[in-house]
Amino acid sequence: MSKKILLTYDHIPGINTLEVYRQHNGYKSLEKALKTMKPDDVVEEVKKSGLRGRGGAGFPTGMKWSFLAKPEGVPRHLVCNADESEPGTFKDRYLMERIPHLLLEGMIVSSYALGASTSYIYVRGEYYYIIKILQNAIKEAYAAGLLGKNILGSGYDLDLYVQPGGGAYICGEETALLESLEGKRGNPRLKPPFPAVAGLWGRPTVVNNVETIAAVVPIVNDGGEAYAKIGIGKSTGTKLISASGHINKPGVYEIELGLPVEEFIYSDAYCGGIRNGKKLKAVVAGGSSVPILPTELILKTAKGEPRLMTYESLSDGGFATGTMLGSGGFIAMDEDTSIVKNLFTFARFYHHESCGQCSPCREGTGWMEKILQKFIDGKATMKDIDLLWDVQSKIEGKTICPLGEAAAWPVAAAIRHFRHEFEEYVRNPQSIHDVKHYYRLNNIQQVIS
Amino acid sequence: MAKVTIDDTTIEVPDGTSILAAARRIDEQHGTNIAPPTMCYYSKLKTSGGYCRTCIVTVEKGSEKDPRPMPKPVPSCRTNVMDGMVVRNTTSPELLEARAGVVEFLLINHPLDCPVCDQAGECHLQDLSYENGKEGTRYEFQRREFDPIDIGNKIKLHMNRCILCYRCVKTCEQITDGRVHGVINRGDHAEISTYIEKAIENDFSGNVIDVCPVGALTDRTFRFKSRVWFTNPVDAHRDCPKCSGKVRLWMKGEDVLRVTARKDRWGEVEEFICNDCRFDKKQVKDWTIEGPSKVSHHSVISQNHYELKKLQIGVYKHMQKLEGKKVDLGEGALNPNNIEK
Ligand SMILES: Cc1cc2nc3c(=O)[nH]c(=O)nc-3n(C[C@H](O)[C@H](O)[C@H](O)COP(=O)(O)O)c2cc1C
Ligand code: SF4
Ligand code: SF4
Ligand code: FES
Repeated sequence: MSKKILLTYDHIPGINTLEVYRQHNGYKSLEKALKTMKPDDVVEEVKKSGLRGRGGAGFPTGMKWSFLAKPEGVPRHLVCNADESEPGTFKDRYLMERIPHLLLEGMIVSSYALGASTSYIYVRGEYYYIIKILQNAIKEAYAAGLLGKNILGSGYDLDLYVQPGGGAYICGEETALLESLEGKRGNPRLKPPFPAVAGLWGRPTVVNNVETIAAVVPIVNDGGEAYAKIGIGKSTGTKLISASGHINKPGVYEIELGLPVEEFIYSDAYCGGIRNGKKLKAVVAGGSSVPILPTELILKTAKGEPRLMTYESLSDGGFATGTMLGSGGFIAMDEDTSIVKNLFTFARFYHHESCGQCSPCREGTGWMEKILQKFIDGKATMKDIDLLWDVQSKIEGKTICPLGEAAAWPVAAAIRHFRHEFEEYVRNPQSIHDVKHYYRLNNIQQVIS
Repeated sequence: MAKVTIDDTTIEVPDGTSILAAARRIDEQHGTNIAPPTMCYYSKLKTSGGYCRTCIVTVEKGSEKDPRPMPKPVPSCRTNVMDGMVVRNTTSPELLEARAGVVEFLLINHPLDCPVCDQAGECHLQDLSYENGKEGTRYEFQRREFDPIDIGNKIKLHMNRCILCYRCVKTCEQITDGRVHGVINRGDHAEISTYIEKAIENDFSGNVIDVCPVGALTDRTFRFKSRVWFTNPVDAHRDCPKCSGKVRLWMKGEDVLRVTARKDRWGEVEEFICNDCRFDKKQVKDWTIEGPSKVSHHSVISQNHYELKKLQIGVYKHMQKLEGKKVDLGEGALNPNNIEK
């Protein structure tokens, strides 16, 4: 199930320049949209395509676009979320670095569809070199009449700006991103009102992920129906997966949705199996915030069917046996990985990144990190496992934005699926620093040098 | 209009009313006690609320049109009622457990050192933890510590006690010019702070002290002069060019120890007052006394029951001594019912 529609030309030398990009189908969707389609026709094609947001939540993009309020005389905005801060996720960076014009083309076509005359790409501040790449591409586009006044003689005007992000994970949350773009502290806003009604500077705004916006290009080029034929069921199209961890071939892969997880991990076309011939222990399938799954559950659903790389299959069974496709940050862990140590790293991250507006997230994330530190220090008791479970449950569902959940879910899943490992560290505190205990836990006779 | 049922009492309220406001109205009309507690919401401050999560409630039925329950607890201060909505607050054990969790979180970085805190007796967190908390905490780690700092010559900030409710930030944003203070840093490192080396000095800045639900922002002209329950709150007014001049004087004997704005039954300021009234008018002669303030009998302040007559005579004598001024205590003031039994 290998199908490339976003990364078809990423290996072509010079594809980052307008000239080479145009030689490879570049800006065809823009010409088609401006010359043959009304804005609503573009929205219609996106709806038909079944495209779902690639930023994490997987909300249908066409539906999101159709919610956009259109009050008379009020400007609207399209904002591209290129903050890409989810640990384990690095696909947007790859796309922007290699083929910046694909994002630009998607931005111009999408802005036309939404009737936006000023659009923004909010790029993670740490991706400074990418900001430069995008700025160069924008300069080229202006010079070629693809941006600015009267684009390609169509009468449509658009200005496009790149804005460096605030250097905080929370600035990727769409309302915090808008606050930051307005020059304020990146605190999430309470919803409602939703950005579609009152977004940037109180105006109707659509916020979409880089990959989502790039996917609009093939959708307009080939039609929504053609796009909907790729993938399976409600998981249409392709998805960029950032694969990392203990695999032979880490990297960014474009997969057709519906690819079996097992094939993704073991096939040479993708991850190429687990490093050093080790066994797979667990996978975080969609970026650090989604629940971790042990091997048996990541390869097969609770019903025993092969698990597929789709929104539905990965979440099959809820969090008891499933997880989420999320942003596509696929982290594989081999048999020598300490789940607790790994969880500690995640917990430290969420503690550090909480914006601090809601009491459960502000105080709870730090508390979880400190309890996990006890396991690392060999000072934890059995009670700490239950306490950790209780603290995460008191954060989940009680916060303004989903960062609370992003911090709580990994903790809940680790305890749910790997409680025995927490208990092992209570019984044998030193074992956390020595991988041999896994063999003892799994009753495997193995000599480790 | 929307019909909403909260803890088994039904009320009809205009569309756009929050669940919290509806619950408060039920309490006012029926003498019940079902309004959720609030630490960050403040009806007088726009966009306040939604942060602390103490006011969360369970929506058991969304509306007549869509009766599905809401999947998560919602903040009642920022969630509007819908026609046919059914809400559980004090009648839901799961919700009370979740709220106890919020209280436990809030108390992680707020020491329960009420005996040495200037806000004791007026602290919403003290009430909240007493009414909705657990007897102990499971938190065993070091808490964050700060030295108290003076922000300007009238206000002291002690971050140890701040619960980051954003009320003072909203106050400065909305009722003072040239805002110089806000939140710095993230998460549990976040701090209330002034802009580098600036003090909060504009005319209405003192109101941050009144809106602070805990003892993080205190009045340097009153700090540690007395426990609040040893003082007598008296409503008074003066002709003020800057504000309504309607205040509460906190008196001990014949001395005015502190001046604050008047608060309603929800503990919220009725009208914001200027710094002149608050900090500079500390003589009885500056004020026209209206009479003892209404104090809820739930409040510790009501412990120091004071007799109207004694107070009246005391103040009267003092005024006579000062300038022979006749004190108009007004009709209402002479009504002993002004002190709630
Ligand atoms: C804490 C947090 C961080 C997020 N970070 C990102 C991000 O870095 N990039 C992104 O596209 N979406 C991120 N999101 C999701 C956005 O809020 C939003 O759903 C997304 O940008 C919508 O785009 P889509 O519809 O194209 O998926 C984040 C959400 C949360 C709660
Ligand atoms: S959940 Fe955490 S990050 Fe989100 S608004 Fe609340 S404190 Fe901020
Ligand atoms: S100082 Fe007081 S009012 Fe300001 S945020 Fe802290 S607790 Fe709230
Ligand atoms: S009072 Fe409603 S969330 Fe704080």
